[in-house]
Amino acid sequence: MKADKKALLFFVAPFGLLFAAFYMAPIGYAIKQSLYKVERQGTFGKAQEVFGGLAQYERVFSDGPFWESIGRVLLFGVVQVPVMLGLALILALLLDSGLVKGRRFFRLAFFVPYAIPGVVAAIMWGFLYSPNLSPFTAVTSAVDLLDADLVLWSMANVVTWVYVGYNMLIIYSSLLAIPQEVYEAAKIDGAGAIRTAWSIKIPLVMPAIVLTTVFSIIGTLQLLAEPQVFRTFSSAVSSTYTPNLTVYSTSSIPNFNLAAAFSVVLALATCALSFAFLRLTQRRGGDQ
Amino acid sequence: MKNRILPMLIMGMGTLYFLVPIWWLVVAASKSRTQFSGTAPLWFADFSLGDNLSELFAYRDGVFLRWMLNSLVYTGGAALLGTLLAAMCGYALAKYRFPGREAIFNIVLSGVLVPATALALPLFLIFSQFEATNTFWSVFLPSVVNPFGVYLARIYATASVPDELLEAARLDGSGEVRTFFQVSSKLMFPALVTIFLFHFVAVWNNFLLPLIMLGEERLFPVTLGLYSWNTQVNQLPELRMLVLTGALVSIVPLVVAFLLLQRFWRNGLGSGAIK
Repeated sequence: MKADKKALLFFVAPFGLLFAAFYMAPIGYAIKQSLYKVERQGTFGKAQEVFGGLAQYERVFSDGPFWESIGRVLLFGVVQVPVMLGLALILALLLDSGLVKGRRFFRLAFFVPYAIPGVVAAIMWGFLYSPNLSPFTAVTSAVDLLDADLVLWSMANVVTWVYVGYNMLIIYSSLLAIPQEVYEAAKIDGAGAIRTAWSIKIPLVMPAIVLTTVFSIIGTLQLLAEPQVFRTFSSAVSSTYTPNLTVYSTSSIPNFNLAAAFSVVLALATCALSFAFLRLTQRRGGDQ
Repeated sequence: MKNRILPMLIMGMGTLYFLVPIWWLVVAASKSRTQFSGTAPLWFADFSLGDNLSELFAYRDGVFLRWMLNSLVYTGGAALLGTLLAAMCGYALAKYRFPGREAIFNIVLSGVLVPATALALPLFLIFSQFEATNTFWSVFLPSVVNPFGVYLARIYATASVPDELLEAARLDGSGEVRTFFQVSSKLMFPALVTIFLFHFVAVWNNFLLPLIMLGEERLFPVTLGLYSWNTQVNQLPELRMLVLTGALVSIVPLVVAFLLLQRFWRNGLGSGAIK
C-alpha cells in the first residue's frame, strides 16, 4: 500500500531518530575515537588528542591478553553453545513427543531461570560453588569449582542454566507450528518417536535452531556480567578474562581510544561470526 | 507405558537442575545469619525472612527499595515506549510501500547483530560530551531502542493485519494513524505483549550500560546495586544476607510477570523464528 508522507514520518521517524542517535552514532563515534591517540608534551604536559591513524589497532592486535580472552570465549562457545542448545532441543522434543505428562508445569519450571538477571544468577551460583557456603559441600570440598581450570566451565553452567529454557521455548514453539499431516506419512511407515524426531522434526525446526545459535554466539562473545561477578568469588578471573571485561577495564584506566578500538574489533568479530554461521547454514540448506 | 519412564526421568532431572538453586535461594533468604551456615542448606530453619526483609529495606535509608523502583522505571518505561516505537516502525515497514523501505529494514536488522555491549562505551563517551553521564536519561534513552522488536513487529503485522482491512478503513475516511491505533494495534496486540516481555527482560538484565554510565548509587538499577554490595561482602560480611535476600526480592517482579503473562509467551514466543 501507499501511504501519505506525514503518516509514514509519524510511524518511522521516532524509532529511526533514536536508532540513529543510540545505535549508529555510537558506532561512528567509536570508530572515530579509535583513530585518535593521546599525546603529552613531556611527562607532566597537558594531554592532547591527536589523530593516530591505526596506532590503536596495532596495539589491539599485539595485545596478548585480549586475544587470549577471545580464545577463551571461543572455547567457551564451542563447548557451551552446543551443550545448551542440545539440552534445549532434547527437552523441546520430549515436550512435543506426547510421552510427557504435565507439560505446562515443565515448560514453566524450565523457563523460570530466564527471569533471573545474569548478575543475580551469577551471585547465586557463586554462593553455590563456594567451598564454605555451598549447600553441596560434598562436591565443592572435593573439587574447587572456582579455580583457574574449572571457573570457565562453572560460568558456562550459569549461562546454560539461565538460557536452556528460553532456547527450548523457541524450538518448542516452532515444533508446535508443524502441521499434524506431516506426521501421518511417518506414522503409516511405522516410524517410532525417535525416528520421527530425527528425520522430520529436527530438519523442520532447523531455522529456529540457527536463530538460537546466532543469538548464543553473540551472547558468548559479550560475556561480561558473569565473569565480572565471579571476580568476587574467584581470584582466577582476571580483569581481562573476557573481551568485554578488557573493554571495561581499559576504559576505566582510562584509555578511551584503545577501549574504543577494542569495542570496534569485538563488534566486527561478532558480526562476522554471526554472518559466517548464517551463510554456512543457508548454503547447506540450499544443497539439500 | 515402559517408554514413558525415561522421558519423565529426564524431565524430572531437568526440573531439579532448574529449580533447586531457586529453592536454595528462597530457603537461604529465610534464615538468620547464624543459621545460614549452621543448618541444612536446602531446608528451612527458624523462619526469619521477615527480619531479613526489614533489615534489607532499612539498610542505608532504604537504598534497596530505591533500586527496585529505579529498575521498574528504567525497564517498564523503556519497554513500553520501545514496544510502541518498534511496533509503529515495523508496521509501516510491513504495510506500506515507500522508497528506502528495504534499506531501512536491512540497517535495523544489522542492528540486531551489533552486540549491545559494544555500544555501551561509545555511548558513555557521547553522553560525557554533553555532561549527561550519571543521569537517569543516560541509561533510559539507549534502552528504548529495540531493533529486534522492529523485526518481530514487521513479521507480526504482515501476518495479522490484512491489507483489505486498511483499504476499508481508508474508504471510511479513517486516517492512517488513527487506523493504526484503533484497528491494527489491536490485531497485533498479542504479538506486542511478546515484544514487550522480551524487551523488558533485556533491559532488566542489562548490566554494562548502567555499570559504565552511573556513579551515583541512588540512580542504580537493582542488578548494579546488588553487584556493588556483592563486591563488598569480603569487607562487610553482614552484607551477605542482604545480598541473598535482595537477590530473592529482585527476581520476584519478573517471575510474577511471567506467570501472569503465560499465555503470551507460552506459544507466541519465537513465531518470528519460523518465518
